[in-house]
Amino acid sequence: MKRSPKNGLMKMYLYNSFFSAENIEILQDSFLPLLKGVLSYTIPLTLISFFIGIIIAVVTAVCRISGIKLLSGIARVYVSIIRGTPLLVQLFIVFFGLGNLGIDALKFEPFTGAVIAFSLNTGAYASEIIRASILSIEKGQWEASSSIGMSYFQSLKRVILPQATRVSIPPLSNSFIGLVKETSLASTILVSEMFRKAQEIVATTYTPLLVYVEAAAIYWVICFVLSLIQERIEIRLNRYVKT
Amino acid sequence: MISMQQISKQFGDLVVLKDINLEVEKGKVVVVIGPSGSGKTTLLRCLNILEKPESGSITIDQQTIDFSRKVSKKEILSFRKQSGMVFQTYNLFPHFTALENVMEGPVTVQGVNKAKAREKAGSLLSKVGLSEKLDVYPYQLSGGQQQRVGIARAMAIDPKVMLFDEPTSALDPELVGEVLLVMKQLAEEGRTMVVVTHEMKFAREVADEVIFMDNGVIIESGKPDELFSRPKEQRTKEFLNLINQ
Repeated sequence: MKRSPKNGLMKMYLYNSFFSAENIEILQDSFLPLLKGVLSYTIPLTLISFFIGIIIAVVTAVCRISGIKLLSGIARVYVSIIRGTPLLVQLFIVFFGLGNLGIDALKFEPFTGAVIAFSLNTGAYASEIIRASILSIEKGQWEASSSIGMSYFQSLKRVILPQATRVSIPPLSNSFIGLVKETSLASTILVSEMFRKAQEIVATTYTPLLVYVEAAAIYWVICFVLSLIQERIEIRLNRYVKT
Repeated sequence: MISMQQISKQFGDLVVLKDINLEVEKGKVVVVIGPSGSGKTTLLRCLNILEKPESGSITIDQQTIDFSRKVSKKEILSFRKQSGMVFQTYNLFPHFTALENVMEGPVTVQGVNKAKAREKAGSLLSKVGLSEKLDVYPYQLSGGQQQRVGIARAMAIDPKVMLFDEPTSALDPELVGEVLLVMKQLAEEGRTMVVVTHEMKFAREVADEVIFMDNGVIIESGKPDELFSRPKEQRTKEFLNLINQ
């Protein structure tokens, strides 16, 4: 198709106005504040919430498969509530809802509130991943470990979970990468993570496209690095599997 | 060494073992044969309590467990340590090397320190002819080699009896011999063994007693020569005819 000269001019105009000297200056000036938001909030929030979330997830998954009705019942209700409600609503309930009860112990700092909501959210989703991974390990592995005298928890710790970890890395990486991006929701409860920083910058520069695209690019770089790390972990954990 | 008294087991409505009584003397090798679904594997698994019988009692060495009352998990755990189980599908731990597979019982269950456990595992593996495969993962071993690791792993917890659940059924024909050879060697050392197998030649050569099971009951038992050459029961004759065809 032949390009009309008018169309070409239009593109050039857009290009020049997007990368104008002024805009480049805005990009440069906003980079450090955004990076600060990443380093002091986005990454810590992701790491802490994921770590706590995985602990909750393992406990929940073990409760679900324990065969003890009370425990598996509690685990089911927890997963159902978290999966059945929006993360944004959970954040608001933890931060604004509980904070409004008048009980000091339930008045959280924005960051703490965000950690609680994200951990609970990750815990529920990841518990299903971990449960599926545990169930994917052959029954013979449980039998073999029992037959040499291991208790239930010894079998779980030494034999089942290490193998389940390998199976769960790809889906858990999904959750982790998802969480990095979901932390942007914490901007709504006053956590100065990267996206909130971006919003603040836009409020003074009036260049939403520019700054939000910059923020998006930074999220993408973080996630790209994470997928490289995922690959390394998978290679390491696959060392005992025929390829 | 082993005594089973009136052991019964059912899965739902299906009765798999009916009032089984079995005595195995110390140092004897008992081979259990029978058609599939006869309950022979369940019988073996009951000895290791991988299946829990509904009633009856089992004694191994000095320890008795009575299934007519409530049995605690602790009791089961301690009872299990008396027997070493070798599985049809090996069930090695794929994330551990051969050496680590054998060390796992002593280290995690018996609390033996790692250096000692490593030494013991090494000597067990060389006993089953795998001294050159200590640091390889199960997937790098042939079926026969994996099963020999399985035997070493079971022996590592110093069981009083060894239980073999069709140890050669999943193997390629040319690999069966190496596993049977190790088992024969154990028998010659005077280990008490219960073996569920379809290897009739092994039964003839190694067994002190052969038990024929069908439909959850022991139909007849005897010295291998007698049972194979002059079976008393019609069902035993039919089974032996079928497998000799």
